[in-house]
Amino acid sequence: MKERILLCGNEAIGEGAIQAGCQFYAGYPITPQNELTAYMARRMNEEGRVFIQSESEISAINMVFGASLAGARAMTSSSSPGISLKQEGISYLVGCELPAVIINIMRGGPGLGNIAPSQADYFQATKGGGHGDYHTIVLAPSSVEEAFSLTFLAFDLADLYRNPVIILGDGVLGQMMEPVSQIQNSRPKVKNYSKDWILNGCRGRNPRIIRSLLLGEGELEKHNQRLQKKFKEIKEKEVRFEALYLEDADFILVSYGTVSRICKAVVSNLRSLGKKIGLIRPVSLWPFPEEIIKKTAKRLKGILVVEMSAGQMLEDVKISVEGACPVYFYGRMGGGVPTEEEIFKQVIAL
Amino acid sequence: MKEEVICAGFGGQGIMVLGKILALAAMKEDKFVTWMPSYGAEVRGGTAHSMVVISDREITSPVITNPTTAIVMNQPSLDKFLPKTKAQGLVIVNTSLAKVNPTRKDLEILKVPATEMAAKLGNIKVANMIILGAYLAKRKTLSLESVLNALPETISAEFLELNEIALRTGFNL
Repeated sequence: MKERILLCGNEAIGEGAIQAGCQFYAGYPITPQNELTAYMARRMNEEGRVFIQSESEISAINMVFGASLAGARAMTSSSSPGISLKQEGISYLVGCELPAVIINIMRGGPGLGNIAPSQADYFQATKGGGHGDYHTIVLAPSSVEEAFSLTFLAFDLADLYRNPVIILGDGVLGQMMEPVSQIQNSRPKVKNYSKDWILNGCRGRNPRIIRSLLLGEGELEKHNQRLQKKFKEIKEKEVRFEALYLEDADFILVSYGTVSRICKAVVSNLRSLGKKIGLIRPVSLWPFPEEIIKKTAKRLKGILVVEMSAGQMLEDVKISVEGACPVYFYGRMGGGVPTEEEIFKQVIAL
Repeated sequence: MKEEVICAGFGGQGIMVLGKILALAAMKEDKFVTWMPSYGAEVRGGTAHSMVVISDREITSPVITNPTTAIVMNQPSLDKFLPKTKAQGLVIVNTSLAKVNPTRKDLEILKVPATEMAAKLGNIKVANMIILGAYLAKRKTLSLESVLNALPETISAEFLELNEIALRTGFNL
């Protein structure tokens, strides 16, 4: 029989990082992600790795910057207001092409908002977030098990592309406990990426420079072109999504993370009533699964996007659909979690 | 089968542990289960609740708006969750700390003087186990054995025996 253990999403993310060989963690406490910081405080110490409770979110992201340029697998975590503080650091990480894993367990905003679950940081996460032309890879788990596996994957993608990766969850995912089996049963293998760019002392070799300040004529434009080429490659290779009943669906729901779980129940209820409904769940929010949505939309009567926001991913769905079918929206804000009944009513009303 | 349980009471009454033990026991019975705390600005002495969903099918949302069972350990929790409990649902009340003034006829209400019974066992902290035992006997969602097996994972060895006794006391009411 499969051995299962009960973990909350925050702890699963922590264990994903530990097993991926995270060597450095810095963070500053904030609800609803505190179990993650607490987990790292204990486990990093057990593993003889570095845990720092920094004096602020800004210092945490800059410590990650330092650890990463020295070659360490590094991570920080926070929740919405704290992630806003980290944006300068994230822009610098991308500019310097440094890998890092950043966890955002979203809460209600704007401002200090509240500590209830939310998905209102979608724009910030997927459209860059800081200054400059850039993207971070964004992965959105919808279960505790996936919180583990996607965090593990995030470290590989960060090293592979030398780019920060964001895990975008919400308060429900972070706080919820579920049985997980993967953690104990199939320990994935940690990949080793040769890092011939790190600053680890230049005795016997030429010095290396890592910087994002490029003042020479045309230098920064060339750098940006290179970055864009990398983003294009990521868009081609790293799209991830889950699809249900697309073969015969004439209407689909599109949602991610916690909300997609609730949407799945609506889909299965409507299916049992004979409705031809399907679902697309983006797992990578950037790169966004444009192609599958575009392809599917051509034979649909409509799409309902459901989010815990005023409608952010909605825009990416509309861009993908290119007007091929109507796109509707249902959202809750400021900590509201949509119920099965609410979404069901929305679908029936269309 | 889908059971949605809200456990509520004062911080310090073992509300979170009560929910976690239920969740662990459900996991041992190979059921789908989620556990979720209310994680507002809770303080010791304030009210807190945890939500446990136990099902034969994959669980969509761990957030419970209207429970099928409410286990309430104090008056504020009773006042909050009695009106929200689903029709034909079950409300188990710790009558040592809450007075039931039944305004709804569509609920089953089970009264357990859990804090007083726990005091008789020598420690009011096991009131949560007494009420959990009463729940298991009433609802039969999970077996007493699975819950007994789950205890050592959350209760330290020192207090294990007392908790087991309290659980059985509630079960045999």
